[in-house]
Amino acid sequence: MLPEQQQKLQQLALRVREHIVRLSTDGGCFTGASLSCADLLVYLYADCLNVRPDNLQDPNRDYLFLSKGHDVPALYGTFVELGFMDKARLDQHLSTDDHIYWHPNRNVPGVEFHSGSLGHLPSVALGVAMDCKMRGQDNKVIVITGDGELNEGTVWESLLVASAHKINNLTLVVDRNHFQANVATEDLIPLEPMAPKFEAFGCEVRRIDGHDFAQLEDAFSALPFSDTKPSVIICDTVRGRGLPSIEARADRWFCNFSADEVQELLRELHSQEATTLTSETLTVR
Amino acid sequence: MTYEELIKQTALADERIVVMTAENRALIRNLPAVLGPRFIDTGITEQTLIGAAAGLALRGRVPILHALATFLTLRAFEFIRTDVGIGQLPVKLSGFVPGFLSDGNGPTHQAIEDVSLMRGIPGMTVFAPADEQDMLAMLPAIWASPQPAYVRVNTRPATYEHALFEIGKAEIVAEGTDITILTYGMLFEQTLVARELLQAQGKSVGLINLRSLKPIDEAALLEVVRRGSLIVTVEDHFVTGGLYSILAEVLLRNQLTARVLPLALEERWYRPGRLSAVLEYEGFTGHHIARRITEYLGESGAAIAEGPAVLENEFAE
Repeated sequence: MLPEQQQKLQQLALRVREHIVRLSTDGGCFTGASLSCADLLVYLYADCLNVRPDNLQDPNRDYLFLSKGHDVPALYGTFVELGFMDKARLDQHLSTDDHIYWHPNRNVPGVEFHSGSLGHLPSVALGVAMDCKMRGQDNKVIVITGDGELNEGTVWESLLVASAHKINNLTLVVDRNHFQANVATEDLIPLEPMAPKFEAFGCEVRRIDGHDFAQLEDAFSALPFSDTKPSVIICDTVRGRGLPSIEARADRWFCNFSADEVQELLRELHSQEATTLTSETLTVR
Repeated sequence: MTYEELIKQTALADERIVVMTAENRALIRNLPAVLGPRFIDTGITEQTLIGAAAGLALRGRVPILHALATFLTLRAFEFIRTDVGIGQLPVKLSGFVPGFLSDGNGPTHQAIEDVSLMRGIPGMTVFAPADEQDMLAMLPAIWASPQPAYVRVNTRPATYEHALFEIGKAEIVAEGTDITILTYGMLFEQTLVARELLQAQGKSVGLINLRSLKPIDEAALLEVVRRGSLIVTVEDHFVTGGLYSILAEVLLRNQLTARVLPLALEERWYRPGRLSAVLEYEGFTGHHIARRITEYLGESGAAIAEGPAVLENEFAE
């Protein structure tokens, strides 16, 4: 990847992170889980997938399903930056005048399917991938899950079926930020070694740094990894990435900051100097 | 024409149709060879079956899902509600061996809350044909509708010549001034017998085959209430959430009341066995239904004749 392209993506991701921070007030949002996959979503929509505001009805477009729906601020931030969505809609966050709430829904063009209940979109994406294959298309069907979401049996059920039916146009991407809701994954239901689990379910697996655009490009441009198997890309990421004061903390999943703290965090985002958050409005769900 | 032939004919005429199953092939063994990639067996994975069907529907397909009624509606309930329901996708659920039709399987396989669950999902439509002929009359309209649907599959041979079907319309088999039996699904044939036995006792007995449970034929129900006869709801379903509840909702919505005897399963699963034995034990043969109604009226049921033997169910799953 050219340095200028990398720089462009970094700038884009920084603006997406600003949107995430700005949404983390007045009711809040899932800040930590959104920051971990911001680089991934920016890379996919800006540089990888054949999906744009003007081809959302094209059956040959690439599909991205966000199964870990609580990271929707990262998605909507990306949509705003890439022209899928009017920025003013973000001001309607949690207002009943619009449909901008804590999980994605199809009232926002570009959202392929609603999510929020974990473990659903691997199977929905499987159905879409099956149909694309049936029609002889070679578009990509990507589904992003969280790592905690891998607790759900249906993730594995759909991979079993996908590999049985040789659905190699399906790619499951794990945002491996090492936390689920309130605890570190390895302290609750350990997921490592992760790659061999997917391999055992018949998938071709790569594991990369999910914040490194060059590694993202290397992996995604090699899709499909196999002529017969579904692909899996494990993206090692950091919960809260970009804000040192909240990075990799179990208690920074859902955040509802005060207006002053949002300003502090925006400064932190640009300076990378940690602020001290003292607000009692911080909540964990 | 059989269920399988109807699916085949419909799918061959309409390339949007995809037939899916969670490895329940008893009724559709010949479809894989005919439909090729448009027959998708996901294995014993009801949740993934529903999710993948939603994905196929997003791409313009109309998936017909054939799976055991109990696992389809119970195990995959949240997928149906969340993917098909919230998505408002035209996924067509065929629930095999519902109600008493899972006869000898035992309580794990008894889909006797399926009507209650499915009708609770916004936009979902719910149907229960009386027999194979009724089902074949109903399915084309159900599959052609843009709405998601749940159908209680019933391939028992018809003992009655059914009328044409319209979604939301009940089949008025007979009108009566003393008693009106409301029923759906496989118990229709037993209520037909019960009606004959009661008529032989000098009663005027109406009989309605509901067919469409959601939308319900409210006008037909109100007409029965207006007539003032005893109303008997007969269903192989828990008394909660099925036809008795539907009738209660219609009555309350119209600020009406009526004398109603519910014949349904109360707070327990039914005793497993051959179908005829189950109906005997649970009191749902035509003879039992007629007796229970007579006794409810405070009369002796001793003179009620025996009905014909119950035809056994031919499918284990």
